[in-house]
Amino acid sequence: MTGTTTLTATAAAVEVHGAHKWYGANRVLDGVDLTVQPGQVAVILGPSGSGKSTLLRAINHLEQLDVGHVSVNGELIGVRRHGERLKELGERAILAQRAGIGFVFQGFNLFPHLTALENIAAAPVATGRATREEARATARDLLERVGLADKADAYPRQLSGGQQQRVAIARALAQKPGLILFDEPTSALDPELVGEVLAVIKDLAGSGTTLIVVTHEIGFAREVADLVVFLDGGRILEQGSPAEVLDNPQHPRTREFLSRVL
Amino acid sequence: MSSPDTSARTAVAPEPPPPVTDDRPLHQRPEDGQLLAAKLVPLRRPGQWISALALLVLLAMFVHTLLTNKRFQWDVVGSYFLNGSIVNGLVLTLWLTAAVMATGYLLGIGVAVMRLSGNPVLRSVSFGFVWLVRSVPPLVQLLFWYELASLYPQLSLGIPFGHEFAMVRTAHLFSGILAAFVGLTLDVAAFASEIVRGGILSVEHGQTEAAEALGLGRARIFRRIVLPQAMPAIIPATGNLLIGMLKATSIVSVIAVQDLLYSSQLIYNQNYLIIPLLLVATLWYIILTTLLSIGQFFVERHYARGSRRGGSGGTGFWQLFRGNIPLFGASGANGAAGGRSGRELAGLS
Repeated sequence: MTGTTTLTATAAAVEVHGAHKWYGANRVLDGVDLTVQPGQVAVILGPSGSGKSTLLRAINHLEQLDVGHVSVNGELIGVRRHGERLKELGERAILAQRAGIGFVFQGFNLFPHLTALENIAAAPVATGRATREEARATARDLLERVGLADKADAYPRQLSGGQQQRVAIARALAQKPGLILFDEPTSALDPELVGEVLAVIKDLAGSGTTLIVVTHEIGFAREVADLVVFLDGGRILEQGSPAEVLDNPQHPRTREFLSRVL
Repeated sequence: MSSPDTSARTAVAPEPPPPVTDDRPLHQRPEDGQLLAAKLVPLRRPGQWISALALLVLLAMFVHTLLTNKRFQWDVVGSYFLNGSIVNGLVLTLWLTAAVMATGYLLGIGVAVMRLSGNPVLRSVSFGFVWLVRSVPPLVQLLFWYELASLYPQLSLGIPFGHEFAMVRTAHLFSGILAAFVGLTLDVAAFASEIVRGGILSVEHGQTEAAEALGLGRARIFRRIVLPQAMPAIIPATGNLLIGMLKATSIVSVIAVQDLLYSSQLIYNQNYLIIPLLLVATLWYIILTTLLSIGQFFVERHYARGSRRGGSGGTGFWQLFRGNIPLFGASGANGAAGGRSGRELAGLS
């Protein structure tokens, strides 16, 4: 816990406006507006295929929106305003923006040829944001923070799914992000391993970093979320506090979804 | 038509055996003690013994003829083994192979990256290159490069379709050795590009995405994340190509480049000791290939870091050797390391 204050940058505000995305004729996002305040925890719920992952991936520009824009702390992501037009940014500028945004994948995506410690320390060293020694020291702190101090030299294959995902979270934290995006972080885990990962995310929720979490864990949403968003068919059907959306849903689709998930 | 038939059959059918009276589970019946005490008799496999015996006899005959047939002239082989021009040829074979593989692979990685790029022109050019080079036998390519002077008497450097800055005569440029180098390099590049492309495609896309999300650039992702993970898929095929190329360099003998084979040929053209000199070349090729195979083992083990097969400790070299050649292995207990051959022929040792 020692690293909490030094490892997190100032929390970021996120704004998505008029987001549209098509895959061929398939409309994935159909006019999404979403505002997340600095330090808030937003949980995005919705059936599969509702566009949750695409929305999340658009926020750090792993996907380019067809219409609409995303901004983090008021800075447009992936594009730059040029009079009447939005111009796509070059690789360097996008990399710099991404470096301030953590992303945790459903399938962990740890680098199998690197140890847990190297997985966490690799990017800060490679992008020149830390020296090798600094990065390794930070990585050790982070491993301790996610409860894996003894696994520094283990390769991903030697770790359980829950442990891999905790290393992946530590890897995202090493970027000192003001915003962390979680794309179904517990969906690939055995049921008994879900708790340890959620516990780490809950711990982050208290640290002031802005978190946007796509998940099916309603209990987690109720306990941790400041904002619950229900997405279906590429549109936000309902959003509000957990008490509003989870306990008193107004839209029939939300009610139907919650009755199936709970 | 069928009904009388079936009735006849039921009439003749014997009574079903009376049901077993003891319907307790097997482990509670009195004969259970005998079952527990019984010794397992393994299935006899006479076919294994016969085939093994036949092969051993053939092997013995082969060794016998090697040692007793005077016409192998092993003493001559010995006297020419370290002959000056043989060693010079050996050195040429070695550095030609090394140069061709190094340049070919650099080119091949480029061709593979072009093939996987989003630019349709680069993709098509890469595909066309691989298609053309793979379609022409290396020997034919070699002859083309050697005869380039008759196709293009001079080459010049300048603005396309415009002014020329410099000019060389190809007759002087394309000696046998350069023709060999260029021809074989292009050949290696085409095959290497396919090997590298296969390796790159074997790496999950999620790895690239994770690295992008961490803010790494494309060149760095390729070098640090994708390529190391593609190596386990690339190395065995590369070892194959390297060994193949070591031997394929012998085709340069047709354009009078003095490699290992051509040096032997030059000698036997004078003294007619054909077989012993071919044996000298053969032995050298076998020695080099063996060394390369051993090297490949260690490179493979290095890149198996973090993978299920390699693990941190990995399989030792001698363990693997004994596993593949159980007759020299003595102990039959190396089943886990040596795999099937170790266990299946364990009865023979």
